[in-house]
Amino acid sequence: MAEADGSSRAFLGLSDVSISADIPVEGDISMPPTSSSKDDGFSTLDEPVKDTVLRDLKAVGNKFVHVLYPKKSKALLRDWDLWGPLLLCVTLALLLQGGSVDSKDDGGPQFAEVFVIIWFGSLIITLNSKLLGGTISFFQSLCVLGYCIMPLTVAMVVCRIVLLGGSGTVSFVVRLVVVCASFGWSTFASTAFLADSQPQNRKALVVYPVFLFYFVIGWMILTFAPAQ
Amino acid sequence: MSAGAKNTNTEPWGGFDDPPVQGSGSAVIDMENMDDTSGSSFEDMGEMHQRMTEEEEEGPGGAPGEEPGDDGEFLGMKGIKGQLGRQVADEVWQAGKREASKAFNLYANIDILRPYFDVEPVQVRSRLIESMVPVRTIAFPQKVAGELYGPMMLVFTLVAILLHGMKTSQTIIREGTLMGTAIGTCFGYWLGVSSFIYFLAYLVNSQITMLQTLSLLGYGLFGHCVVLFITYNIHFHFLFYGLWLLVGGLSTLRMVAVLLSRTVGQTPRLVICGSLAALHMLFLLYLHFTYHKMVEGILDTLEGVNAPPIQRVARDVPALAPAAISVTLNTTLQTLGALLQSH
Repeated sequence: MAEADGSSRAFLGLSDVSISADIPVEGDISMPPTSSSKDDGFSTLDEPVKDTVLRDLKAVGNKFVHVLYPKKSKALLRDWDLWGPLLLCVTLALLLQGGSVDSKDDGGPQFAEVFVIIWFGSLIITLNSKLLGGTISFFQSLCVLGYCIMPLTVAMVVCRIVLLGGSGTVSFVVRLVVVCASFGWSTFASTAFLADSQPQNRKALVVYPVFLFYFVIGWMILTFAPAQ
Repeated sequence: MSAGAKNTNTEPWGGFDDPPVQGSGSAVIDMENMDDTSGSSFEDMGEMHQRMTEEEEEGPGGAPGEEPGDDGEFLGMKGIKGQLGRQVADEVWQAGKREASKAFNLYANIDILRPYFDVEPVQVRSRLIESMVPVRTIAFPQKVAGELYGPMMLVFTLVAILLHGMKTSQTIIREGTLMGTAIGTCFGYWLGVSSFIYFLAYLVNSQITMLQTLSLLGYGLFGHCVVLFITYNIHFHFLFYGLWLLVGGLSTLRMVAVLLSRTVGQTPRLVICGSLAALHMLFLLYLHFTYHKMVEGILDTLEGVNAPPIQRVARDVPALAPAAISVTLNTTLQTLGALLQSH
């Protein structure tokens, strides 16, 4: 009897613990830490807007520097953001607009076309690298590919300036050299960041679509002729 | 046992002693009191337990005291507002769960494609070369690689080459974009003709799967890429016709041989191989002549037959060609001419 009481009391203790204290489990799976992870401990709502904007601009500028001197660093991958790619893409699309053979019609790549090419191309490359077994996440890859368009944007600015001086053979050769150099730079920079995430012997499979992507963009820049 | 009886009163599910009021009863008893929408939802059980814990903390004295004079405690929920609020929250939860599972299925679909991208660079290179080499024996079914990486990269390369061809031929597209047309043409050919060949294979009982037709046709585009890359830059018609027959013919022979080895019977073989050969060769012809730069005023009569889907502006080449484009062409011609001569 006593044993039964004791055991039932033990069981009652268990039942006290089990159901009544059972709170439905909840939580959230958070994304990989973004640059806002630096703000642990205080909320960014209380600081002046200028501080927030300057901090983001500094992060973007920092990444531009990383693209200019592509070392094998993890900075671009760790704190990804899409502001830089957006800025570069809009700049490039604006600069590429308006070049046409026949000024009455839409002969050159329009804004939307360039925009779609860049983002659709980045998407395809990201999907491809993921399917080939890459360890990089979707947005990290978009971030890297977008930032590495920067040399090509610089080349576009240079080409436009050169075209102001006329469109002869010399200007074509200069533009060809500039675009080839920046295309090589972009490809090299992006492979420095992306290739680490792939298995060793498959790097060539990932590099080729990147090469093709920047080649198409470089080709659009080279064949740009301003409206007469 | 008296201790046990006392304890059962304060058990979380209220025990069988409690009257079925205010929703703090057990799930079994409470079912008939709950509204229909949230009867058996797991989340509602969680909320129920949460509320039961809270009401337990109030104390057993509070529970029966609240009940009689409180109109808000209708069916154990905190009034009509509480009931509506819970319904809305419930619906939001269901919608969110549906979106999340849709997104998850999308991700899972990528995993479905993963085995088809499991290749090594060496394999891709050897398959590219093999696509130009017709097999010798058709007695037994020839092996077809079932991968999608090579074909996809070849389609994108063809898109890039087509873009180059469009630019140098100064094609102007009115109701669309250059890029859209190029992508549409290449992907449309790859996916459309593969499906058509698969459909024919189904009709003539050929032993080939959809993945294999996609792969076969994709690798067959390698020949197209090579021919177009050369002939968009060097404009000699005899060169194009020669390359068309040689390179196009080789890749067609390869595909035809594979299909022959997998089909039984004369008429089925004729049907499927004939249509594949015709479509493959005609596509190359179409791609060349649609984006064909008029050099030296040669107007080819074939151009009238291949009515292109895009509207072209009738133009006088010498007057409109900007200096840069013609310089590009001349430079390319000279470099390539030098390259060819040195071999």
